[in-house]
Amino acid sequence: METYPLEVERLTVAYQKKPVLRSVSFGIPSGKLIGVLGPNGAGKSTLLKAVLGLIPKVEGNVSIYGRPYQEQRKIVGYVPQRESVDWDFPTNALDVVMMGRYGHLGWFRRPGSKEREIAMECLTKVGMADYAGRQISQLSGGQQQRVFLARALAQNAQLYFMDEPFAGVDATTEKAIISLLHDLKEQGKTVLVVHHDLSTVKEYFDHVLLLNGELVAAGPTEDTFTSDNLQKTYGGRIAMLQDFGAATVGTV
Amino acid sequence: MTDFWIILTGTLVAASCGVLGCFLVLRKMAMVGDAISHSVLPGIAIAFLISSSRDSLLMLIGAAVFGLITVFLIQALQQGGLQSDASIGIVFTALFAIGVILISRNAANIDLDLDCVLFGEIAYVQWDTLIWNGYDLGPIAVWMLGGTFLIILAAIGLFYKQFKLCAFDPALAAALGIPVALFHYLLMGLVSLSTVASFESVGAILVVGMLIVPASTAYLLTDRLSVMLLYSILIGAISSAAGYYVAKWLDASIAGSMISVAGLLFLLAFLFSPLHGLIVRMRKRGRLKTVEAS
Repeated sequence: METYPLEVERLTVAYQKKPVLRSVSFGIPSGKLIGVLGPNGAGKSTLLKAVLGLIPKVEGNVSIYGRPYQEQRKIVGYVPQRESVDWDFPTNALDVVMMGRYGHLGWFRRPGSKEREIAMECLTKVGMADYAGRQISQLSGGQQQRVFLARALAQNAQLYFMDEPFAGVDATTEKAIISLLHDLKEQGKTVLVVHHDLSTVKEYFDHVLLLNGELVAAGPTEDTFTSDNLQKTYGGRIAMLQDFGAATVGTV
Repeated sequence: MTDFWIILTGTLVAASCGVLGCFLVLRKMAMVGDAISHSVLPGIAIAFLISSSRDSLLMLIGAAVFGLITVFLIQALQQGGLQSDASIGIVFTALFAIGVILISRNAANIDLDLDCVLFGEIAYVQWDTLIWNGYDLGPIAVWMLGGTFLIILAAIGLFYKQFKLCAFDPALAAALGIPVALFHYLLMGLVSLSTVASFESVGAILVVGMLIVPASTAYLLTDRLSVMLLYSILIGAISSAAGYYVAKWLDASIAGSMISVAGLLFLLAFLFSPLHGLIVRMRKRGRLKTVEAS
């Protein structure tokens, strides 16, 4: 049997005793683009953070290619939400991308010319090579997001977690991210993306996870992204959602 | 020689605090530095009561322990649901108050003056010298501060990338397996260390100025962390030297003058910095307006 890039069993996470995720279990197929969907407060970011060990779990098991995350750090890449850092920090784009290599450097080695080279390549891949020396606060929101993606590329991982990379970015950046996701997929890598815009789900993702505190459904987009499941995930606000579900059913 | 020792002492205080201050400012923890500098007082007092002498090593340990207790308590209160500024205010005033009681209660027995603790007396530093095999090796304070500065340089130099990533993006740092909590407490331990090494010369209140003012000035002058660290040290050194001569000229408190000069340098940077100064920003805004108008 093939081991999953990510397997989660009975994961429960709570913030100050209030459960955010309740007994969530799923496995993720390899080499796919996976959308994590759900309303605000459904625990999408929490799921990513718990998997990465950034917040404690109450219960449950997480394995990355069959082993605990602590042993697999080097093959996992992470793109936090853009607002989670202070963009006035005194550093430039190239330097931020080089941070993606810190995990490979160990305790004492300093980033050198090799890391600089890798970082430059990654900036080029996201179309930001011309901005390498730019102070990060002078970049637009979309450019900052691309710097974050380049940093994740520099991690050279097998499995990527991206927390709302499409939030508040311009059309150019959205296209750049999508083509990047497809490149990663072609290289056999697996990418989990927390996503908000339901209108692009069918176009972007092979596989979806629908979350609402609990796991509502998980599976290939065409079978899972249905109006029935969306209603279960988003509850009452179904009027606007029906279109997406209906369209999905229609094209299958 | 007097001038030299006082300026050297001030410079070492400024350099130690300046390096750590950069990280505090970037992590938006300037007030935690303030808290630590006050709440080490009971540690110093207890060390005094135990050894009944100005045994520097014991004082360093006592202060470092209380510095870490402070950070731990502040975090515990925050996780308990209290606002972070209120947690800081409660913890450091409570510990500081205990320190004040300990010192005033035992004032008769111990040679530790509350005024000196609060405001420091850098002019006396030169008379308390280290004698080794009959040789006068210079003021004890200079040795202590020099040692502290070297420890800080070694720690930051060795773990520069960890400190930087923990300051910029702690979530990624944790995901990469960097022990974020360890580096947090290491930084706080170093802040405690430099506070207690400095308190004899500049006092518990003004040491906060040395932690925050040069670092904030440097922040306005550069877009690179390494340069910011260097500028912070330089600005601290300039403040010490210039502050000393200002104090001589005015016949006023030396430590007070040093921080005043630092404050003046900050004001200059705030107004005239070519990168982030007020005037440059206003000009930029003006240019945008004219572009829109035309």
